[in-house]
Amino acid sequence: MLDQSFYDKADEIISVHGKGKESLIPIMQDIQAEYRYIPPELLSYVAKKIGVTEAKAYSVATFYENFSFDKKGKYVIKVCDGTACHVRKGTLILERLNKELGLSAGKHTTDDMLFTVETVSCLGACGLAPVMTVNDEVYPAMTPDKVSETIQKIREVEA
Amino acid sequence: MDYMTIDGIKVPIEDEKNILQLIRKAGIDIPTFCYHSDLSIYGACRMCMVEDERGRMFASCSEQPRAGLTIHTNTKKLQQYRKLIIELLLSTHCRDCTTCTKNGMCELQSLAYRVGVHSVRFENKKEPLPLDLSSKCIVRDPNKCILCGDCVRTCAENQGIGAIDFAHRGSKMQITPAFGRTLSETDCVGCGQCAVVCPTAAISIRTNVTEVWDAIEDPKKRVVAQIAPAVRVAIGDKFGLPRGENAMGKLVKALRIMGFDEVYDTNFGADLTVIEESREFAERLKSGEKLPLFTSCCPGWVKFCENKYPEFAGNLSTCRSPMGMFSPVIREYFKKLDEEEGKETYIVAIMPCTAKKAEILRPDNHTGGRQDTDIVITTQEIIRMIKQVGINFGELGSEACDMPFSMASGGASIFGITGGVTEAVLRYMSVDKDHATLEDIKYSGIRGKEGFKRATVTLGDRQLNIAVVHGLKNASDLLEAIKAKEADYDFVEVMACRRGCILGGGQPVPMGPHTRKARMDGIYQVDQLSSIRYTDENPLIDRIWEDIIKGHEHELLHRNMH
Repeated sequence: MLDQSFYDKADEIISVHGKGKESLIPIMQDIQAEYRYIPPELLSYVAKKIGVTEAKAYSVATFYENFSFDKKGKYVIKVCDGTACHVRKGTLILERLNKELGLSAGKHTTDDMLFTVETVSCLGACGLAPVMTVNDEVYPAMTPDKVSETIQKIREVEA
Repeated sequence: MDYMTIDGIKVPIEDEKNILQLIRKAGIDIPTFCYHSDLSIYGACRMCMVEDERGRMFASCSEQPRAGLTIHTNTKKLQQYRKLIIELLLSTHCRDCTTCTKNGMCELQSLAYRVGVHSVRFENKKEPLPLDLSSKCIVRDPNKCILCGDCVRTCAENQGIGAIDFAHRGSKMQITPAFGRTLSETDCVGCGQCAVVCPTAAISIRTNVTEVWDAIEDPKKRVVAQIAPAVRVAIGDKFGLPRGENAMGKLVKALRIMGFDEVYDTNFGADLTVIEESREFAERLKSGEKLPLFTSCCPGWVKFCENKYPEFAGNLSTCRSPMGMFSPVIREYFKKLDEEEGKETYIVAIMPCTAKKAEILRPDNHTGGRQDTDIVITTQEIIRMIKQVGINFGELGSEACDMPFSMASGGASIFGITGGVTEAVLRYMSVDKDHATLEDIKYSGIRGKEGFKRATVTLGDRQLNIAVVHGLKNASDLLEAIKAKEADYDFVEVMACRRGCILGGGQPVPMGPHTRKARMDGIYQVDQLSSIRYTDENPLIDRIWEDIIKGHEHELLHRNMH
């Protein structure tokens, strides 16, 4: 059971989009924008409210890679592994990030809930390859050292 | 009249909704996995592909018939396509056919044979997924799923439940309850309609055959069978008998050969239900409380009502189902003899229903702390048992059930079909017991295959509003209408499965249009041929009531909810 504030927030979001089943995706997007993930309990709550079965809501949520049921860190870092970034050594960016943050292919979020690292297939900024984003802010032409610097800066801000 | 040319045959276009129906009308058995006439069109399996004159290929299920169109259903190209589709399906499918519960009944297996797949070129790299054994009624094996979505659409569209759906995507896609939960954690009512439409063993009936053999083997057990009304018109399907033929006599004989000590007809239990439910209805009409009265024979419906509409649970009749009433009466009947002989009566209910497997475990189906019915096996399971023994069912003679429960009214026999319970209750409650009354009730509007039937019947000086629904989605619509005060009924009959128990989750599949009609006709014929049509004319009831039930009506026949 989540804190009541979550349900109140969900009610607020539902009231913006309406209670039709076509509102499911916009509602999930707003919830994810609010909490950086979709708390499973909240998906069940929303499904019931808008008259969609829980299984159907789960079906939609798992169909799109973008929706996540796992809690994410305060800073979500997306590393592009599209063709352009890949050939310009995007994998080294990912390797350095994982090394800096102690993450791996099976672990995407740091224990202090500060960072989450994800790979994406293309960020649509191939001219800036290799590229990554931190909470939707674009970091172009990355090198492993620039990665370390960026992480260091964030850590300083958060310290 | 407009025509289409299919494989060189001119086929008139009537009211067919899609080309697939037209092809089947032409007598061509085009293969499908995901097409069912009473579900929405999905177009996923691509087995029903056809080719037109210009070589264009399309799925016949998803196109409307067009005048003048010429198509071919079985060109070399189509044959290769179908073969490849099956090969790809098999590439990630468990191929242990010999040990599969669906062996011999599997549509994937039979289509692989039909299209001539002799080897599969692709390696199965799929990680095995765990089975879902949480439900007492059905078993889910995701490793055998071909993602046709039939179960998903049945559960959502016909039953209004939607316990399962697709999840994830691409090669990781599977059909599952939300968040990978088990079925027992969902609103699944165990109706088994998903298993009916499943072409493979991805969803199958949970089998209890072993328990029954063990009981038969045990000399300390008096093994008693009771056979539900809908079983007799379906069991012959798998033994080459004409569809819908009443094979009760053969089944009784087969059970005796298999070693059952006593064989009874659940129709007797249905007569008990008619009496108790009519009394309850009369009382509620008098007091005006808890109306409409909802029937409670169908465990899928009872669970659905409790899950989704708990505010209406009080409207459910307190009567147990015919099976639920009959078992404690049987046990009571043998009580003394059991004590004398040091035996235990073990009651096996042979049912068309998977939800009954869960019903018997409910506390309200226990008497004096003991479970009334020991085990439920479905029609499919008894067929399997008969085959195990090697009985030549088709050639078998007929025998009657054992006394003192061997007689039942025609009213009881139609419990297996939508409208039947209502009809039997109306017969019992009617003042006149003549042929004209039977006809009046028959044509009051409660019979037929429409999902939502309404009738107004005059009983004495009162007009009764009656609703008869089958398919839980229709039940849902009805309850919403009652909630919104758009409808007002006195009596509501609900059956979870479309057309009632004759198409129950435990019945032999497939259930095509011909089978559906034959079973319907078969059930009504049992009634038609009964010398006793009204429950109150059953001469055995009085004696049983006097000897066993009198004074114990509440504990033996009702769901003891308090």
